[in-house]
Amino acid sequence: MTDARTLLSWYHMMVLIRRTEKAAQDLFLAGLVKGTTHLAAGQEAVAVGASAALRDDDYVFATYRGHHHAIARGATPEACLAELMSKVTGLCAAKGGSMHLTYAPGNMLGSYAIVGSHLPMAAGAAWSAQLRGTDQVAVAFFGDGATNIGAFHEALNLAAVWKLPVIFLCENNLYMEYTPISSVTAVAQPAADRASAYNLPSAVIDGNDVEAVHEAMTQAVSRARDGGGPTVLEALTYRHFGHSRTDPAKYRPQQEVDEWLARDPLLLCQSRLNALGVPAESVKEAEKQAEEAVEAAVAAAKDAPGPELDSAFTDVWADGGSAWRT
Amino acid sequence: MADVITYREAVAEGIAREMRRDPRVICLGEDIGAAEGVFKTTVGLFEEFGPRRVWDTPISEQGFIGAAMGAAMTGMRPVAELMFSDFFACCWDYLANEIPKVRYMTGGQVNVPIVVRTANGGGLGFGAQHSQAVENWAFAVPGLKIAAPSNPADVIGLMASAIRSDDPVIFFEHKALFAGRGPTAPADHVVPLGEAAVVRPGADVTLVALASTVPTCLSVATELAAEGVECEVVDLRCLIPLDMRTVLDSVGRTSRLVIVEENPYQGGWGGTVASIVADEGFQLLDAPIKRVAGACVPLPFADSLEKHVLPSVERATGVVRELIRRWS
Repeated sequence: MTDARTLLSWYHMMVLIRRTEKAAQDLFLAGLVKGTTHLAAGQEAVAVGASAALRDDDYVFATYRGHHHAIARGATPEACLAELMSKVTGLCAAKGGSMHLTYAPGNMLGSYAIVGSHLPMAAGAAWSAQLRGTDQVAVAFFGDGATNIGAFHEALNLAAVWKLPVIFLCENNLYMEYTPISSVTAVAQPAADRASAYNLPSAVIDGNDVEAVHEAMTQAVSRARDGGGPTVLEALTYRHFGHSRTDPAKYRPQQEVDEWLARDPLLLCQSRLNALGVPAESVKEAEKQAEEAVEAAVAAAKDAPGPELDSAFTDVWADGGSAWRT
Repeated sequence: MADVITYREAVAEGIAREMRRDPRVICLGEDIGAAEGVFKTTVGLFEEFGPRRVWDTPISEQGFIGAAMGAAMTGMRPVAELMFSDFFACCWDYLANEIPKVRYMTGGQVNVPIVVRTANGGGLGFGAQHSQAVENWAFAVPGLKIAAPSNPADVIGLMASAIRSDDPVIFFEHKALFAGRGPTAPADHVVPLGEAAVVRPGADVTLVALASTVPTCLSVATELAAEGVECEVVDLRCLIPLDMRTVLDSVGRTSRLVIVEENPYQGGWGGTVASIVADEGFQLLDAPIKRVAGACVPLPFADSLEKHVLPSVERATGVVRELIRRWS
């Protein structure tokens, strides 16, 4: 059971993410964001509920749809939006972009755009924690589409064999890009149903209910910290936008969209806050704060300078440079 | 420690020295623990350092190379063994997309101090999928450092640099050199990454070599010395950083260049060396640049066929002899 104050702070964080994603979309339409974006609007509860179950020194690895994870781990909307807008103040100094948001101060060690590639990395971070004798855990957030690639299966096996403190958290938003995941997957629950093949515990959870995510993650994290090994969690959720910026998501039946929009994680959280007796004004105030923070972030990101051209030749190597020959 | 050791013993010795000095160094790979490696390049490590530092993995190259990357990003110094370099293709995402890019694409937030060791090259009759020289695969990817030693002392010295490096290093160990012997390295021997060695001086022609082609070129030099031709042999030792200063200086002395490389002519690293010399050292040359490389075919199985397509002493000697004859 979450207390009202904590839940309100989660709600604030979810609204902050939602507004940031909306701003990203608007900036994209205004021609200020290049390339592509994969928005996580609708999936905020997964990031916020999971992050709330983690310590600051735990490790997080995310996918190219990872804005919500960066923000949930402490990256500011300004640094995220500045990165999308190719500004030097961006999280990755304008060298990563939307698909590679990384916030090392929060041990959010990257967003990866090769599907499934970061699951073995998360296992490795957990292995490292185990070897260093810390009780840190690592989390890999990934989409349903990642469950059919080899790296997913190799990571689960290795993590199970080495009993690593890692949580594999699938954000099942029902679509592998434009294709229903059910039409290309041999089992009903693409992540959870595979866990038993690796002798791992698993659970299917409501990914739009921030408290449910938090509760399941708390159990999984505590199992991992106590030496009980990995857990596979499959959070059912839904994206409000298409796969990427060019996708209007016409392939999704309207009735399905309507049902999921009615279960918007923000709405679910509002009802909970209401039930806990949080006054409507407090909820409005949290929304207002988030909105103002994102407005200020957009303005600051717009004002920030672009990168110096010389920076294209920095940070290939640990000495900061890119020299490859004498 | 014996004064003379084999190349394969030098691999284990080089790793062991670093494991003794830095508790963050850990090893992982298929059959590297109690079995001590299929090429016996990890002999003694499991016994000395135990299962907490020497880890057997499943046959799961994406799984354990990816895990090694994650460990490297979070405070460890993993040394991963990829049994055969052909298996890079099984985990190429990590070598081409993840390990070399993550520092750059995060704006310098993350280091990946990993060493991926692998048995490279042909000559042992292992057939097309266990014999390729693939150093040019790694050479095509910005963000990877590449070491490929030719003798036991360099194995130890380059291993020290590779493991201490904060950058990812691909460490090519040549299968045909494993049984070779040479002087061991003194304590604390470190060969910096990116420093070529002139292993034989000579005034008439520069032979640029790497790993297995170093002994090949030394044999060529011995043979041609009898005919009055003095070859200077440059052992690159690393492909990245590429020590072009040493190559250009040598060509400045000899005015002729022959590159001897085991990877295929198509896309081989010698093409880059040749292009730099043509671009920046054209005035030094008295003859066209020649490349002796692996043939552009998969590696055949039969000894006679394999020998026929690899850069041999006979073929390289013929090329150098003809170059001197036509351009003297």
